[in-house]
Amino acid sequence: MSAAATAARADADGQLTVRVWRGAEHGGFQTFQVARRANQTILDVVTEIQREQDATLAYRYACRVGMCGSCAMVVNGRPRWTCRTRVARAEEGGQITLEPMRNMPVVKDLAVDMESFFEKWRDAKGFFEPGETPANDFAVVRPDSPERAQADAGVECINCGVCYSACDVVSWNPEYLGPAALNRAWTLVNDVRDRGQDARLDAVSGDAGCHSCHSHMSCTEFCPKALAPTYAIAGLKRVTARRVWKRGS
Amino acid sequence: MSARLYLAQRLTAMVLAFAVTVHLVTIVYAVRGGLTAGDILARTTGNVGFLAFYVVFVIAAAIHAPIGLRSVLREWTPWRGRSLDLAMLGVAAVIAALGLRAAYAVYAA
Ligand code: SF4
Ligand code: SF4
Ligand code: FES
Repeated sequence: MSAAATAARADADGQLTVRVWRGAEHGGFQTFQVARRANQTILDVVTEIQREQDATLAYRYACRVGMCGSCAMVVNGRPRWTCRTRVARAEEGGQITLEPMRNMPVVKDLAVDMESFFEKWRDAKGFFEPGETPANDFAVVRPDSPERAQADAGVECINCGVCYSACDVVSWNPEYLGPAALNRAWTLVNDVRDRGQDARLDAVSGDAGCHSCHSHMSCTEFCPKALAPTYAIAGLKRVTARRVWKRGS
Repeated sequence: MSARLYLAQRLTAMVLAFAVTVHLVTIVYAVRGGLTAGDILARTTGNVGFLAFYVVFVIAAAIHAPIGLRSVLREWTPWRGRSLDLAMLGVAAVIAALGLRAAYAVYAA
């Protein structure tokens, strides 16, 4: 038997002890035993608990393949997308602790209310602004232009909120727009077709904006899509500071 | 923090990196060289270069420190708004006044 097959079998034996947050802002942990299975994900574990042990457990998911961004939770202290996190990678000695994401109100158990997170995308002008009159022709954007490269680096965000849950500045300053919204704003700052740049740069400045980021890099450490919001935010700091330097406001 | 405060903090940080280095190196040099307080005052009194250097240093510190303090207070206390900004202007004024007074005293001694 190959080493990989042996490992897979060992993985398939035994039980996991899973502590799950129950309640909302106030609540406690409930412990479940779940069989280990080969290639099991954290989302598989949660689903097994909900289907076979306690149908009242609330959590959220949709795609199961890392596209929709709805399944994030805090797993053994780290924010993660649970559908793409293998148990084997996240467990610690057969123990798994599952909590709802930080920095968002808990609706129930593992489901949080992400409304504030999405509102901040809007507040950061994280949407394309075509301008008053539509362009007459297609914009030509060279794939190797620096702007396109900057936008590409951040464009694959799936809105999962993992970075937002990981960011201490959001905890300290609840108005802070947060890494995901600022990352999106930066992709649009680099969109040469966009006509709303001044308003966007205003929106990402100020006490809620990019200048409050401490460059901790928690967002970049935990983003499951391996994006780097910290660098996007550094880009916004650069562009907004240059704008002040040039026109003095 | 607004983009303007951010820029002010970054620019003064550059000034301070230079000024603090010169300041510390000079102190160590003077002490190691065995200069007395009298020797030092003899060199600083009426020295316009000395005064100009410390005026720049003090002003940079008076701009830089309150901006950082404001961020710390906003994150660790519920203090926000106009009263905080005015208090930070006060801190800037105190740092500037104390620093400039000290620099002038050593210049005019
Ligand atoms: S780098 Fe900035 S946005 Fe990212 S976690 Fe740190 S403070 Fe938050
Ligand atoms: S930047 Fe990364 S962690 Fe943040 S919402 Fe987008 S995909 Fe998730
Ligand atoms: S369920 Fe869609 S990303 Fe995990």
